[in-house]
Amino acid sequence: MRPPRLPDARGPLTEELLAALRAGTDEFLGVLATAPTATGEDAALALWVLHELHYRGFAEVDDRFEWDPQLIRVRTLLERDLEARLRARFTRPEGLSFVDDVFGWIDDHDGVSLARHVHRDADRDQVLDLLRARSLYHLKESDPASWLVPRLGVRAKAALMELQYDEYGDGDPNRLHHHLFALGMAACGLEPAYDAHYDAVPPEALEQSNALSMVGLQRRLRGAALGHLAAFEATSSVPSRRMAQGLERLGFPDELVGYYTEHVEADAVHEQLAVRTVCGAMLAEEPELEDDLWFGAFTCLDLEDRFARAMLDRWGVSEVAA
Amino acid sequence: MRCFEHPDVILCPGGPMLLRGQHAVEDADGLPHETTRPVTAVCRCDKSASYPWCDGTHKSLPPRLRPA
Repeated sequence: MRPPRLPDARGPLTEELLAALRAGTDEFLGVLATAPTATGEDAALALWVLHELHYRGFAEVDDRFEWDPQLIRVRTLLERDLEARLRARFTRPEGLSFVDDVFGWIDDHDGVSLARHVHRDADRDQVLDLLRARSLYHLKESDPASWLVPRLGVRAKAALMELQYDEYGDGDPNRLHHHLFALGMAACGLEPAYDAHYDAVPPEALEQSNALSMVGLQRRLRGAALGHLAAFEATSSVPSRRMAQGLERLGFPDELVGYYTEHVEADAVHEQLAVRTVCGAMLAEEPELEDDLWFGAFTCLDLEDRFARAMLDRWGVSEVAA
Repeated sequence: MRCFEHPDVILCPGGPMLLRGQHAVEDADGLPHETTRPVTAVCRCDKSASYPWCDGTHKSLPPRLRPA
């Protein structure tokens, strides 16, 4: 597997960070000094780069920097800011039980749907733009949730592995979901590597990926991570059908359509497992985490809604029905 | 020693029936459908386009038309 190359800077922090990573000397005090003032896509890209050191690293970067204390400090500052912004938007639903009520709550709170747009109205260029922007997460689909495994109780751990085993192809690498997305991209003529598409990735997609990595990497946020997983799975099956039909309408190759049809069936199972067996088991073992399950579910819907609006906005599309 | 419940069949309120383990489900036309994953969701609302497997369609039905 080829490690990706670094992206281009999007502001003062990423300029400082990328130069320091390339220099290869473990001296990041300048980055640390700049981090508290970073905002917007500059902060989002810096955090994405720091998270990636834990997944695949970069061609130009020494692998030892993954655990450099100064870089971990920068990551912590950026994550603290991201978490504060996400929590500021969140209100815990009153009087609802997560396992019994989250499907209904998602129906009431699901935002703008890109799948509806792709289903009926999108053109080919918009779909290619969407695939590039999605590639940042879809090419490591399910990996952030795998950080959770050793942090869960016996029941939740077994339940999460039952779900993740299917995400990873049930032992068959040909069916591993992020590999299916890579095959779909390649069949459309897109390079299946996220460093080929950095320019197409809006800050909202960076933030989606960052939120997932943050709740996956921080044991403290394991409740939010599983709440996010539940909402992600529960908003996948029906939209995946719409995506598949939209892609067929536009004549996209079978490999890409197949990625979405796989998710129609798989996620009809996974949404039930995520809510009932995974989150249900966590609540039985750690009931104090219910607020964070809701926080994670909210974060999933909120960030997808922001991503969808950003994509429609850049395509000049007035809003599609929620 | 079994400390935990781990049923082979889970009836999801308003949704599908989850089945664990390898199995074949025969549809209304008598055609068998083999499982390809460790857990499957079998449609109970009869509206799935992937019948006999669930495709989430039950969520778009009014509550009175969803399975018990």
